[in-house]
Amino acid sequence: MLTKLILILISSILVNNFVLVRFLGECPFLGVSKKIETALGMGIAVTFVMTIASAFAYIVYNMILVPLGLSYLETIAFILVIASLVQFVEMVIKKSSPALHQALGIYLPLITTNCAVLGVALLNVQENYNFIEAVVNGFGSAVGFTLAIVLYAGIRERLELAPISKVLEGFPIALIGAGLMSIAFLGFQGLI
Amino acid sequence: MSGILPYLIFPLASLGGMGLVFGIVLAYASKKFEVQVDQKEVEVRNALPGANCGACGYPGCDGFAHAALMGDAPIDGCKVGGPSVAKKVGAIIGVRTDVSSKKMVAFVKCNGTRKNASEKYKYFGIDDCRSAVQYQEGSKDCRFGCLGLGTCEKLCPFDAIHVNGDGIAIVDEGKCTGCGICVDACPKNIIELVDAESKTRVICSNIHRGKDVRPVCTVGCIGCKACERACNYDAIHVINDLAKIDYEKCTSCMACVEKCPTDSIYPFKSSLIANKTNV
Repeated sequence: MLTKLILILISSILVNNFVLVRFLGECPFLGVSKKIETALGMGIAVTFVMTIASAFAYIVYNMILVPLGLSYLETIAFILVIASLVQFVEMVIKKSSPALHQALGIYLPLITTNCAVLGVALLNVQENYNFIEAVVNGFGSAVGFTLAIVLYAGIRERLELAPISKVLEGFPIALIGAGLMSIAFLGFQGLI
Repeated sequence: MSGILPYLIFPLASLGGMGLVFGIVLAYASKKFEVQVDQKEVEVRNALPGANCGACGYPGCDGFAHAALMGDAPIDGCKVGGPSVAKKVGAIIGVRTDVSSKKMVAFVKCNGTRKNASEKYKYFGIDDCRSAVQYQEGSKDCRFGCLGLGTCEKLCPFDAIHVNGDGIAIVDEGKCTGCGICVDACPKNIIELVDAESKTRVICSNIHRGKDVRPVCTVGCIGCKACERACNYDAIHVINDLAKIDYEKCTSCMACVEKCPTDSIYPFKSSLIANKTNV
């Protein structure tokens, strides 16, 4: 049991990293990665949302959809769950930490329609995870997202200062950096 | 008819029910976690187009409304709305919108003379900053340094900007009309239109951190915030590791000039001391 959980955790963080291996959640990965601080804030918000979303999506799927034979409604039901959750998280953050709310700015509502969050909920169903496994998978995937975005923000902070030729300035070099990171994460493929 | 009824009712009831429950929870939460927003901010927000395009440099219209109310953003900062929106925003905040009635002059935000700033290489190419900037962004180690090749001087129709002997462009404010040709021409983007009345100005454009500025220029702003602490009027702030003066608040008391360790606020300390001894 514990071995399986640890395997899920390592797999979701490194081997099947959401951003760099599965290519989900690229929007915030590129959008909020200019500074390490905001990247970390975004990572924490995603971690929070993804972990809770996995739990709620599991409950909704197994308590409501499966007994009623409505498992074909999983996508729309998960979108509903996630959208409500993000709204809720935004309200809580706005109240408890205005600084973080300002740092995340327009990107927090973007989590609402983030394919990474929806992806983890759908993957949990596909892999037939039980409740604890689903939550661990959601948490691990989000930690993987945070790891990727923070590392990437570190690279981009350095790129800001580096003398880069005109044609590559800005997004081109950022995308090249992302590609190289993805190649680096390929190295984890044989881990499990 | 009764055969298909479950296929209609269950999905409708379950999804609708979930929506209802989440809606009630959110409605309760919005009351519970309500944050008091300045009524003016809401009004400014409503006056804006609401496209959330980000052309103003703030994250969405909410960000701009907040910044405009705090005085950080110019009220005519919304590019999409144009003058009509600027007028509305100004009316709400209580600022007059005819900013253009002030006399503006160009100001070169660099004092990286040959003595003050180091060079990567000696440039012997075409005598034009726009050409020099193609080679590793110019000869200066500082990416925000005046190259001193006089593109602005050649283009100025009023003979109001000249490169002095130290390789820095200086504006003759008596002749400058604030047309902004040099502002657009400068490939380094270090010329800015400022209020002609303003006495104190930050004469550096380097937004890098202090440890990256020090090796390349002795008079660059290192973002140490000594000026912020010295200012009694909350008029100078270090934003992006570069000091910026808010002229709505600045009283030209020169407290920041005296405290600046790198002498990167104009007028320079030496001229202040000269003035004092004269008095």
